[in-house]
Amino acid sequence: MSKVKVGIIGSGNIGSDLMVKLRKSEVLELTTMMGVDATSRGMQHAKEIGLHVYDNGVDGLLDNPDAVDILFDATSARAHIHNAEVAKKLGKQMLDLTPAAIGPFIVPSVNLGQHLDAENVNLITCGGQATIPIVHAINTVAPVAYGEIVATISSESAGPGTRANIDEFTETTAKGIEEVGGAKEGKAIIILNPAEPPIMMRDTVHALIEGDVDEKAITASIKNMVETVQSYVPGYQLRTDPIYDGNQVTVFLEVEGAGHYLPKYAGNLDIMTSAAVKVAEEFAKKRLEVMAN
Amino acid sequence: MTDIKITEVALRDGSHAIRHQYTVDQVRSIAKALNEARVPYIEVSHGDGLGGSTLQYGLSKTNELELVEAAVDAVDFSKIAVLLIPGIGTIEDLKEAEKLGAKMARIATHVTEADVSAQHIQTAKELGMETVGFLMMSHMAPTEKLVEQAKLMESYGADIVYVVDSAGALLPHEVRARIKALKHELSCDIGFHGHNNLSLAMGNSLAAIEEGANRIDGSIRCLGAGAGNTQTEALIAVLDRMGITTGIDLYKMMDIAEEIVAPILPKPQEITRDSLTLGYAGVYSSFLLHANRASEKFGIDSRDILIELGERKIVGGQEDMIIDVAAELASQKANV
Repeated sequence: MSKVKVGIIGSGNIGSDLMVKLRKSEVLELTTMMGVDATSRGMQHAKEIGLHVYDNGVDGLLDNPDAVDILFDATSARAHIHNAEVAKKLGKQMLDLTPAAIGPFIVPSVNLGQHLDAENVNLITCGGQATIPIVHAINTVAPVAYGEIVATISSESAGPGTRANIDEFTETTAKGIEEVGGAKEGKAIIILNPAEPPIMMRDTVHALIEGDVDEKAITASIKNMVETVQSYVPGYQLRTDPIYDGNQVTVFLEVEGAGHYLPKYAGNLDIMTSAAVKVAEEFAKKRLEVMAN
Repeated sequence: MTDIKITEVALRDGSHAIRHQYTVDQVRSIAKALNEARVPYIEVSHGDGLGGSTLQYGLSKTNELELVEAAVDAVDFSKIAVLLIPGIGTIEDLKEAEKLGAKMARIATHVTEADVSAQHIQTAKELGMETVGFLMMSHMAPTEKLVEQAKLMESYGADIVYVVDSAGALLPHEVRARIKALKHELSCDIGFHGHNNLSLAMGNSLAAIEEGANRIDGSIRCLGAGAGNTQTEALIAVLDRMGITTGIDLYKMMDIAEEIVAPILPKPQEITRDSLTLGYAGVYSSFLLHANRASEKFGIDSRDILIELGERKIVGGQEDMIIDVAAELASQKANV
């Protein structure tokens, strides 16, 4: 089977984890790594596995535009603005893993099919990928007036980009809870916990429901959604059954990473990169179909 | 010129103790009276800072920005401070509070996570606010780590860095060592924020002052999370006896405590078995009422919940873990 060529911009934690995952894909062929620090661990590894490596970021692609069809941006919201312009100029599809949120939001378990032709899609945040499916699952049974999520990640797994721009995380996630999750109002909180050994990523969803609370139907919808997410993030699970209190439902989640680049505690990294690969594979399948016809 | 500058935190930390039910009238009358008593700083926010009104921490009865506005309107001497915990509130929230007249920004992070506060501290400074770096749960890091993190906050522009004993877990010699090291390594002012869970808030505040801290937080009538903070009116009396000036009118503070604040309290602020457990286990003081509720819902002794949270090194803001741990303990109990 032929593959669609992809490249990664950014050689930090996210970019390095993507490298591991993309090499396992049956429809995507990782060809290029675009970083800024040739001596970084991610760039060194990219060289070792024989990728085209550019240390002037996305601009490297200008000399070799046919090397990729789809780009993953694992840099920062600020850097994404330029990266998105270059991608647009070269006509490459862009999967944005920063909180820049230029393109439409995408959560594979909720709206994967809606944006297959979009030139730029945004993966929201790790907390968004973990919790928005649950908000959506509740919202399909009963309208969610307010959806609030708390993402707790180990300090070890929060890179400098996340730390320097923590408001972007909360603001982008809140928007995703509304636009993709369907809540009328969204709110997101992120907490860093420095405990050693590092804790697994934890996510809690609190939702206020309008009208009758059909506990059985809501719980079933949530469990169904958890299975869907597990199809691309195997370490995603409910910690306990949903807890109901009047019109409030609370859902406790844990995300164990695949342990590809960072250890298993970094479920936050894993859910983001797994979601991105899932989306890229759908993009690729569509392209291959079009080509086959 | 005063020796020690006091920040009154009852209208922020006390928000936890009354489940975030402050009204505009209460805030206005307390702020007005504190202003008359010449308290230099009055902190007003949800207990978890701007943006803290949530299902996770408790919804505010009144939008905190209305409370900030009411406090600003009630004062002509005191400065209104707001708390902001990056990850919960945002720079936008801070800008709105500043527009309403807040003059001091207290930017809080867990003691090891100061680098998430860089943007917020810089923005507060750009807005012309007096800016505090607030290192919460200071008992959870050794002194060297605390110094390293405090230096980061100073480098972002903080005018003052606080050692915050959020759990009321620090012992006087531990406070002493921390303040001493900060005084030695930093050039900005140093502050201390205590909780009285181990009945050490006053002793710890005095230890901090002796080592050179010149900013101390208090809550009038102990109206703060857990067993409350250093009781402001008592602190003023003690400092006066020591010949240390705060510029605050002691009798007026006593009257406010007795006549305005005490009637608001659902029950007197005491060291109960649960608040004592907070200090003993090293758990964030605002967990108290949440643990009480989880205890009732799941039929588990709240002390067992708090001890377990302490063992798991749960940090401030992780209120969701209280239910999670209570549910887990309940299922373990059911399986025995």
